[in-house]
Amino acid sequence: MAEFKTITKPVMKKDAMQLVTGKPVYTDDIINQDCLIVKLLRSPHASAIIESIDTKIAQKVPGIEAIYTYKDVPQVRFSNAGQTFPEASPYDHQILDQRVRYVGEPVAIIAGESEAACLKAMKLIKVKYQVLEPVFDMHTAKDNPILVHPEENWRTLSYDFYKSDNKRNLVSHEEDSHGDLEKAFAECDEIVEHTYHCKANQQAMMETFRTYCEIDTYGRLHVISSTQIIYHVRRIVSNALQIPKSKVRVTKPRIGGGFGAKQTSISEVYPAFVTWMTKKPSKIIFTRKECQIAGSPRHEMEMKIRVGATKDGHIKAIDLYVLSNSGAYGDHGPTTVGLAGHKSIPLYTGGMEAHRFTADVVYTNIQSAGAFRGYGAPQGIFALESAVNELAAKLNIDPIKIREMNMLKEGMHMDAYFHEDATACALDRCMEKAKEMFDWDNKPDCVDLGNGKVRSKGVAMAMQGSCISNLDVGSATVRLTEDGGYLLVIGAADMGTGCDTVLSQILAECMDCDVDDVEVMSADTDFSPYDSGSYASSTTYITGMATYKAGMKLKEQILKISALKLNKPIEELTMESKEVVAPDGQSISLVDIATASMCFNDIPTTVTETHTSPVSPPPYMVGMVEIELDKETGEVEVKDYVGVVDCGTVMNENLARVQTEGGIVQGIGMALMENVTYTKKGAIFEESLMNYKIPTRLDMGVLRTAFESSYEESGPYGAKSIGELVIDTPCPAINHAIYNAIGKFLYEVPFTPEKIVMAQDE
Amino acid sequence: MEIKIKLNGKLIKEDVDAGTLLIDWLRAHKCFSVKRGCETSNCGLCTVFVNDKPVLSCSVLVARANGCSVTTLEGLQKEAEEFGAYIANEGAEQCGFCNPGFMMNAIAMFRENPDPTDDEIRAYLAGNLCRCSGYEGQLRGIKKYLQYKKGE
Repeated sequence: MAEFKTITKPVMKKDAMQLVTGKPVYTDDIINQDCLIVKLLRSPHASAIIESIDTKIAQKVPGIEAIYTYKDVPQVRFSNAGQTFPEASPYDHQILDQRVRYVGEPVAIIAGESEAACLKAMKLIKVKYQVLEPVFDMHTAKDNPILVHPEENWRTLSYDFYKSDNKRNLVSHEEDSHGDLEKAFAECDEIVEHTYHCKANQQAMMETFRTYCEIDTYGRLHVISSTQIIYHVRRIVSNALQIPKSKVRVTKPRIGGGFGAKQTSISEVYPAFVTWMTKKPSKIIFTRKECQIAGSPRHEMEMKIRVGATKDGHIKAIDLYVLSNSGAYGDHGPTTVGLAGHKSIPLYTGGMEAHRFTADVVYTNIQSAGAFRGYGAPQGIFALESAVNELAAKLNIDPIKIREMNMLKEGMHMDAYFHEDATACALDRCMEKAKEMFDWDNKPDCVDLGNGKVRSKGVAMAMQGSCISNLDVGSATVRLTEDGGYLLVIGAADMGTGCDTVLSQILAECMDCDVDDVEVMSADTDFSPYDSGSYASSTTYITGMATYKAGMKLKEQILKISALKLNKPIEELTMESKEVVAPDGQSISLVDIATASMCFNDIPTTVTETHTSPVSPPPYMVGMVEIELDKETGEVEVKDYVGVVDCGTVMNENLARVQTEGGIVQGIGMALMENVTYTKKGAIFEESLMNYKIPTRLDMGVLRTAFESSYEESGPYGAKSIGELVIDTPCPAINHAIYNAIGKFLYEVPFTPEKIVMAQDE
Repeated sequence: MEIKIKLNGKLIKEDVDAGTLLIDWLRAHKCFSVKRGCETSNCGLCTVFVNDKPVLSCSVLVARANGCSVTTLEGLQKEAEEFGAYIANEGAEQCGFCNPGFMMNAIAMFRENPDPTDDEIRAYLAGNLCRCSGYEGQLRGIKKYLQYKKGE
């Protein structure tokens, strides 16, 4: 493989020192603090019609600027999902609606000089609800006579793809298959068939949702928000407020974590409406409780799966039906469910003769789900990998061997992955490496530790995508700066993962300069070239390629100016690190070229390039876990986790490793503790970090990671993606280890101690 | 009520509402490193020193800090840069939002126990949540920093 100068290296993030020294770089640190505070009165009912709402007394609270109800907002529907037009998610939101559809849905927007004034006013708003019977059970939601969205102005822009129908509580329906399924199953000696269940998960990014708005010098609405999707937010705000997109500017400062949470517009429209109406600056800062009850959690999904194999372990057929609970709104509903099938089934392309993937996504009266790292894949992979481990156990075949026999390998054609070819796939090497690091062959399935605890092992594989093919657009603007360096301007959003730095590394590699010679600016709809935003693991693969293309184009421009200045034919010139050189030894420095570009020059030294992709090459991973399980209490402790990843070329060794570790720990949280449960009235119990447990540093054991790289020709310097993939293996791997410990597989995450104890007693 | 607090070395006398939380008072005094991540004292983001002891500023009334010295990361910039470089060199700062509280508590740990074991590090910092990094990179950074301090 090619040697790189800058990429692959563990370059420190460009913003790192600002972050570790606590500099004011986040939304609530950089805004005009003397702004209106926006608070939301929220519904106590899961389904109700507002019969009357009286704000007269509340308006009289000193310091209150305005209170808005459904009567004051545009009566139009839009989608909050950050997706490329025409959005897959239905247009089912209003800023405020006369009908409330989940406990916690905003009923009134209160804007005042202080939080205290807003909270006082909130108590004085009189609302009379006509409480309706809600739909909670996702199994009976489809074609239920009780509708979550009975309104006539509900609409979808993507009916042809997703068959969305509000009169059926149906957010979407999908079918995909190849081969003769029943024939393939008929040839199988063993079939595992189960229903698996993944509950919702809260994103729990450390910075809650927050947005600040002001009117700028030109009378436009300037939205400063913690978002992954500046351009989508601009469209959503424009749709919601019914003002032209050109009147909206969206800026993203540093973001305190995203994971997909901020790929939905959760907080933006409220202060946007307040500021547009009052022409005064305003901000909303969600409380943690608001994030837990009215945020954008992972979709609850139920996976009914059939996996069939011959007695020698040849997996011939996979049949997967997924029922996904989108909650009160369809944000990311139609698209997340797809990944449950498309990003799990192809793992067994090896000998698979037929597959079928069917999915329904339904509306219910609970918190709307959204985009959360993995985007449906963790759910599908939990089901498939658990089923394959069970199949291996039934066939008495080593779980590694059955995978090696059936797994996807480089060059194969993936019938279950949009008929793409596996152009770069080192899944087999990932397995080999993981086996060696974990010492799989020498570790028994289960060891009794003699103290009531057992130690056991488990394994799982995973894949994801590197973008949304035929859809995502990334762009980069690169400018030659006066001191002979470069300014890189992007619309992608670094949410801590380090894309500002990785993209700078790509440009530095391209221009043969130091990464310190690249300054980076992101992201602002007024200045950044168009980018769909940071999601779908796409930033390195898509925006990275745009950056590479922009670098190559700028080189041409630099050579053009050099040719004029040196009076040489352009073909003879070569660009070296800091200068352009002619064969006779004459040269001109980048500083001189930059200076020359500013005097009697018409050759631009700022270029913008755009990239998109017809394919989405999957990254792959193998995870192996060792746990200790207390048979009496059911408690599981992760002792050791080995993760081996094929993300194509590793762009930044440090950042890729930390991505992997962070994803594994989120996956451990999903597997063992993160639980969302509801009261009978549909309110979420776990409304704080006190009872919604996310992993602490005592919950994750030792993490060991390694990379086995393939080289993806369509990505920048061979890169694919890594961000989401790494959350996919813990649920099935830990489930496998639990099986090895107690002899029973579990079918619902999280694997709480109660479930483990009860499974033993069955 | 009137309070007197030495904030990052500077004496401040001021009338405050008795119900004001220390975190809100600190942010009002432009100590923006102090972050709020929850309302239930679970996340550790708002950790500051009151008389050199780490406390969660979301759970302390500013009145309780009356007559005390209060230190935020703004007042510990040299230590933050020195130790922070080790976290940054691992890429473990990630989104950075939990960093100030984590840095404060880590500095408190270094002062209290300059030679902690891995398990002591995990236990001391257990109350500092991080959703991005998976903690392992923070541990690597801490250990390398301690190694460097030993050699100093």
